[in-house]
Order: sequence, then structure tokens, then C-alpha cells
Amino acid sequence: MLKFDRVSKVYRVGSFGGDELTAVRDADFEVRPGEVVSLIGESGSGKSTLGKMALRIASVSRGAITCDGTDISTLRGNRRLKEYYRRVQGVFQDPFSSYNPIFKADRVFAVIRSEYHRGVSDAEWREKVRSALDVVRLDPAQVLGKYPHQLSGGQLQRLLIARALLLDIDYLVADEVISMLDASTRIDVLNLLADLKARGMGILFITHDLALGNYISDQTVILHKGSIVERGGTEKVFGDPLHPYTRKLLASVPQFHKKWEEVEAELRARELADTGSRDYHLSTAQEVPGDLVEASEDHFVQPFVPGVRA
Amino acid sequence: MTAAQPLPDPATSPDAPVPALPEAPKREALYFALRNPKLLIGLGIVLAFLVTGILGPFFLSPDPNARIAPPGLPPSGEYWFGTTQFGQDIFTQFVYGIRATFLVGILGGVVAAVIGMAIGFVAGYKGGWVDEILNMITNVVLVLPTLAVLFILVAYMDSRGVMMQSFFIGLTSWPWAARAIRSQALSLSSRDFVDLARLSGVRTWKIIVRDIAPNMSSYLFMTLILLFGGAVLAAAGLDFVGLGPTDGTSLGLMMHQAVKWGALQLGVWWWFVPPGLGITAIVGSLYVMNVGLDEVFNPRLREM
Repeated sequence: MLKFDRVSKVYRVGSFGGDELTAVRDADFEVRPGEVVSLIGESGSGKSTLGKMALRIASVSRGAITCDGTDISTLRGNRRLKEYYRRVQGVFQDPFSSYNPIFKADRVFAVIRSEYHRGVSDAEWREKVRSALDVVRLDPAQVLGKYPHQLSGGQLQRLLIARALLLDIDYLVADEVISMLDASTRIDVLNLLADLKARGMGILFITHDLALGNYISDQTVILHKGSIVERGGTEKVFGDPLHPYTRKLLASVPQFHKKWEEVEAELRARELADTGSRDYHLSTAQEVPGDLVEASEDHFVQPFVPGVRA
Repeated sequence: MTAAQPLPDPATSPDAPVPALPEAPKREALYFALRNPKLLIGLGIVLAFLVTGILGPFFLSPDPNARIAPPGLPPSGEYWFGTTQFGQDIFTQFVYGIRATFLVGILGGVVAAVIGMAIGFVAGYKGGWVDEILNMITNVVLVLPTLAVLFILVAYMDSRGVMMQSFFIGLTSWPWAARAIRSQALSLSSRDFVDLARLSGVRTWKIIVRDIAPNMSSYLFMTLILLFGGAVLAAAGLDFVGLGPTDGTSLGLMMHQAVKWGALQLGVWWWFVPPGLGITAIVGSLYVMNVGLDEVFNPRLREM
């Protein structure tokens, strides 16, 4: 289990690092094997920072991230880090920047071989690569021996997932893996992630796209300005959103037959029904500092005070 | 090596080349290198000068400063580059000068490049307080009046050779290279492929050497060329004030001798033109060679 235990990330900013900027505050959730957790939030909400901390690319300021009970910030030395990376891997948003442009794309496989599978014979390795490519449904003839700029974004992204598969990983941090792909390849990669989940892999799916989160995930975590405002089972968070931010987020998905004015009016009506007050206003809702409260089973929400209309 | 692989379905991949899994990037680079005119021409000129500098002196008089001819002769069949006002053969001086110039340039350039790259890469990749400290050291050395420091250092040396001179030049000329490399490494190390290498458990120095440095190889080579040129000019400066090597000659020394003894006013153009052209040709062809190398190693430049 990949567990985030009250994880915070604080950056020192300003001259001589005098000021603090909190990118993530007390994030508390977990990714279990065979489960997809979507981490949803707008730009700058700290979702990528959480992913980077889980991959040990960024350090944890407070709290701890544990993998099956081991605090990952205690993994010192190349050997122990490698043991961790054998189990937890990541795929990033921009497939074109994930490859060193001057080397062929399949170099990412060669690196894995030289770091983890030194004893493997050429024939054995080819077979391993072929079966990994098979899982991500890529034709070896079309992708091997090519430079990154000769391949499409979808091919590159699937190659990166194949790279992770060469390590028999348990957890995958997928940071906006679909955002830069075009619509036709999106569903392929999405279904691939669903396959991996069925094989027992735990996936942290970071996205700003609610529809994608709803499509694939078991658990949903809504992040706003570095804090978790709501989390729980996907059908609960999407079916019965409690926090005003979640509601606004869900309502702001464009719909074919509705204008924004109608959506806004519906939101207002719902708030009125919930609170019985006309003064209630979304944009001034105050978050109450403190832990999330359990609204119902497997559904947690950040307490808030309804804002007053100015 | 292709026999072990299942054949691709010709229907789905009409013109896909046969994948070469155990690839041979070095042979591929060589293939493009041998077909790149810029690289071949640049390399040819540099090698020609280098061979002249290394082998030439064995066929000429052992002392380049010996007065062996009538003074002030223009170029002729007997004295190819003419003679100086003191009756020294300029061609002999030129050949010896190339040897000294290459020595100063290579030694001084390499010493400076090694220090500059080490500091620049570590500062740019590591960031944080490591970066701050290395930057501070770089800036301190950068604001030192280099030539004045060299005067003092060299003046205290008992015997002065080309080696010692190059070494000191190298020790003082690295800061701008470190700053330039730092900023490049900084921007490259924030790219995703560096994060991906870290996720593969690749050690820091390996990431720097295998992922970051190759991406700026032409930049690094350019730095080396500029440091080479800088070392040659710094050496000429030292030579000029009498702190050069106590024996032998160099292209810089020749030019300064020519200026010192009024070759410009007397119209003795054959005294200063060969060393000037020599330095220009060496540095210039290194530059052309660098453009060629960039085309060979950067696959994006290669194809279009």
C-alpha cells in the first residue's frame, strides 16, 4: 500500500528563503493494490507535487509517504532507492520531453536493462521487451530503433508504460499521462491503465479532467490550493459532491445542451436547498482548517463555513 | 541478430525498417561523420596544422630564433615566408610557433574546460546551496583581474616553460565557461527525461555524463574551442610583457615581435600575416568542425 500520511510540501521563497509557500498541506490518502486513485485538481493545486514526492523526485517537508510500511524518505543509497523504483514507477505528462531527443526512444529500455537486468541474455531481453510491448499493444517493428521525434505522442507514452512494466512494478504514478494525447489515442491508453489495474497494479492517476477520473478510478481525491477538500469512492464523490469546490468543479464540465447561466442557477438552487440560506455564496466559502470529516462511509469532506454574499 | 525476431506483419508496417535491437550508435555516427563536408574540411585543416606543428620541426633548424639568413627578405623559393629584420626564417618560426600554440591552447583549454565543466555541471544539476557556494567561488575568480594575477604568478616562477604557462592560464580562465555550462545544465536538468533517468536508479554522475552532457555536446565543444582561443591569446599577452616561455617561440610571440619592431610601418607584411592567419585558420576551422559535429550527433539536424 502506498500511503500518504499527512504529507506537506513547503517551499522557501523570497530573499534568503524568508517566506514559505505551502504547495501541499496535510494530504492524507492511500493507494491500494489493484485500485486506481484519481487525484483531481486545477493547475497549481499541488497534484503533480504529490506525484513527484511519491516518486522521490521532490522531498517531503512534513509527514511521510510509506510504501508497505517503509518511509520512502529513509531510503538512502543507490541500492535501496533502486529497490523502491523496481516497485514504484512514474509516467509523465509530456511524452516528448520524457525522452532524451538525441537518443533513440528504446534507450529507455536499455537503461532499465543496464541498471536492473545486467545478467539477462540478449535473446531473453528481446523476449521481455517484446512481451512488454505486447501488453501496451505496440508493434516492435514500428517503435524500436526510432528517434522520439519519429513517433507519435501515444506511442511514446505507451513505450514509457512498457518501460515501467519491465520492472514488474506494483504502483504506477501516472501524472497527466493523457492530457497531451489526441482523442483517438486517449481511450487506448486509458483502457491500458484499466488492464494494468485488473492485473493488480495500484495506480495514482493525476489529472485535471473529471471525465477521465470518473471513467477509470475507484477512489477520487479532490485537491484545491494544496489541501484535500473531498475524497472517497468515485461514485460517492461524483454522485453526491459535498464540498462547494467539488460541486463547482463538477458543474463546470461543459455540457452539450446547457449554458453556464443555467448551470449557475442550478448550483444556487442546490445550495439554497442544502443550507436554507440565500446568503450562501460559493466563492466566499471559508475552509475550516483541520482534518476531513467522514460524511458517510468512504466519503470524507473538508469542513467549511458557507460564505456570506457581499 | 534479426533472425531471432518475429517478422513484422507486412500489411501493418509497409515500409518499417527492420528493428535493430542491439543498436550500434557509434557506427551510425561514423556513417554521418564521413559524409559531412563541414566536419571533414574543418578536421582536415586542424589536422594539417597539427601534423605540421608536430613533425615540421624535425626537418628544420633546431633553433627557430637562429639568425640564418639575410634580414628583411620577402617570401621566396628559398625562404618560403621570408625573413625577419634580424634574419630569422619566418617559416621555421611559424612551424615551431604552431607547436607551442597547440600546446598552450590544448593544455590551457583542457585545464579550464575540466574545471569549468565540473563546477558548471554540479552547480546546475544539484542546485540549492551547492549551486550558491559554487556560484560564489566562480564569481570571485571571475572578477579577479586575470592578467594581473598571471603576471604575479608567472613572475614568481623560477623557470618558465610552456607547460607551466598553460597550466596557470587554465586555472584562471574557467569562470565564464562554468557559468555558461551551469545555466545550460540547469535548464536541461529540469526536463522530464532527467527525472525518468532518476526513476531508473541511474547515479547522479551518470545522468550528467550520459543524459545532460550529450545534449550540449556541441556547446561543450564550442566552449573548448573558445577556451583554446582564449588561452592562445592570453599566452600571447604574457609573451608580450616578457613573461612568456624563456626559450622557443609561439604564434603570439611572433606577432608581438613583428609589432614591436615596426613591421607594420616598414611594410614587412610577411612577418605578421602568417602567424595571424595561422591562429585564425586553426580557431576558425575548429569552429566549422564544431558545426559539423553538431549535425552528426544531433539526429534532428541530420535529416532535414
